[in-house]
Amino acid sequence: MDKAMYAIEVENLTKIYGKGETAVTAIADATLQVKPGELVAILGPSGSGKTTLLTSIGLINEPTHGKVVIDGITVADQGWLPGLDLKRMRREKLGFIFQHHNLISFLTALENVMIALEINDLSPSEARSRAAELLTSLNLGHRLSSYPQALSGGEAQRVAIARALANKPRVILADEPTAALDTENGKNVMTLMKSLAVENQSAVLVVTHDHRMVEGFDRIFHVRDGLIVS
Amino acid sequence: MNLAIRDIQFHRGRFILTSIGLGLLIGVVISMGGIYRGLSADALSILESVKADIWVVQQDTNGPFAESSRIPEDIKYRIKAVPGVADASPISFQTIQVERQGKPFRFFLIGYELNGFGGPPEILAGRNIRQKHYEMVVAKAMKIEIGEKINLGIHDYTVVGITGKVVSSGGDPAAYVSLADAQDIQFKKDNDAIRNDRARINSNLAGIRSLSPVQAKYVNQNIAGITESTHTVNTVVAKLTPGANLHQVQEQIRRWNHFRPISVEEQTKILTKGMIEKSRMQIGLFRVILLVISAVIISLIIYTSTIDKIKVIATLKLIGAQNRVIIGMILQQSLLMGVIAYAIGYGLILLTYKRFPRRIVLEAFDLQVLFIIVIVICTLSSFVGIRKALKVEPAEALGG
Repeated sequence: MDKAMYAIEVENLTKIYGKGETAVTAIADATLQVKPGELVAILGPSGSGKTTLLTSIGLINEPTHGKVVIDGITVADQGWLPGLDLKRMRREKLGFIFQHHNLISFLTALENVMIALEINDLSPSEARSRAAELLTSLNLGHRLSSYPQALSGGEAQRVAIARALANKPRVILADEPTAALDTENGKNVMTLMKSLAVENQSAVLVVTHDHRMVEGFDRIFHVRDGLIVS
Repeated sequence: MNLAIRDIQFHRGRFILTSIGLGLLIGVVISMGGIYRGLSADALSILESVKADIWVVQQDTNGPFAESSRIPEDIKYRIKAVPGVADASPISFQTIQVERQGKPFRFFLIGYELNGFGGPPEILAGRNIRQKHYEMVVAKAMKIEIGEKINLGIHDYTVVGITGKVVSSGGDPAAYVSLADAQDIQFKKDNDAIRNDRARINSNLAGIRSLSPVQAKYVNQNIAGITESTHTVNTVVAKLTPGANLHQVQEQIRRWNHFRPISVEEQTKILTKGMIEKSRMQIGLFRVILLVISAVIISLIIYTSTIDKIKVIATLKLIGAQNRVIIGMILQQSLLMGVIAYAIGYGLILLTYKRFPRRIVLEAFDLQVLFIIVIVICTLSSFVGIRKALKVEPAEALGG
């Protein structure tokens, strides 16, 4: 199958929480496209609607209106498309990176990456070798058997990046990935994501409120009060 | 990768402690079942050791265990004469409590004819009773050494042999003496009572003016002989000749001898359905309550463990994990906990059941049924956690 021109296509996406008088529009008429290999930032203050935009693209939060297309597959058009296997789409097409690394505390670094591969039906031995390879490529070869609690913030976030990349997703969605890191580690993580975006031809969409972290991004969207303003 | 096992390995301290706690609870449930089986075994212990076909007791009673029964010893001759009876032997039973080494010491005294049957079923150490008086064979559970003397009434009885585990329906270990000794212990009046009886009879006879002093003396001797007689037993047990019809023999004894002949089957029913029924129901109720408590505890443990893992579950959902991965993790942990707790409980009872004051009988069937119940409880309990887990939104993985 031919690869789609855009990894992410969002058209007039609106998300309204609640109904009637208590209804709150978190994001209104958002439209954006992100190509494979492109690194895009969504900047905005707290409560501006940037996480809602990310979760709608991430198939977590059902849009009220508008259309979302991931890797050429329409996933939402005035709500989720009927019969769509959201979990499968998330598993196969999307990779997530969180503000707090969200590694599973009772799994080692290697197993945290393996689990993403195993739930995508890879055999344990294949998952193990691929996870080890991925972590080694991120300079974590010496930390394979370490539990998340024993990792530094930067190391844990790199393990989380490895987990997000494990299934070679077309789209990587990162929610404040540097918020829990110091400036140096934050910049390292951003540099890493940029190089991986290019290398894997994945579209990377980063939500952040920290302007210092978006140097070298291909495009930056500013969100304020639920609207993409620039 | 098995998430349930990895989680357990990581939190093994908590898991082991929880399993031990649950194991103790299951151990109590196992022991309760064992006590129930023990009650039945104890209740039938003497019945099985005597190996009689018919228990002849006082008319209109359920004796000699469920009700008091007193019959003359010499009816053994009449019972022996009934067609179909091969042998008959009188037995007396009595629960005794004495002071031994400063503590109350309870046992079940069985008196039997030395040339009859109903005596100790086996001799583990020492020998059987050979003399008609003052010798005793005791059950191993009484923990009395051969040669030790036990004072009963006005005489000392020497332990000459040790028998196996024979107990009364109340669980008291059995001791055997000759029938004559048992009758003395049970029926012989003390000296004061004898003196009082004699004085009363003399006084009554003195009031009968038509008796001469010689006649009065003669009558006095006979009446005193009757009142001081100890030739009473609680039951006469009978064995049938091969091919004899049990019902015909029973009917014969009932109709012509005016005693109640109870078959082994009837006696078993009296002992199990009548005497221990309430205990059985009580224990059964305790078992049900304990199983319900176990179910609540397992549910609570699984629920709190699921709450602890909300972020993990949300993350798994976010990265696309199927419901079966999450359900499997919770269900497997619950089942593992149940299996390990069962093993701990079973192991504990297996190591300690012989030290219990009452007999514990562990039946394979009971253990298997309990294991299945534990598995069902674990499965049902895990639904509480699974329900919670399935409601977790992937969005909960986001943010702090």
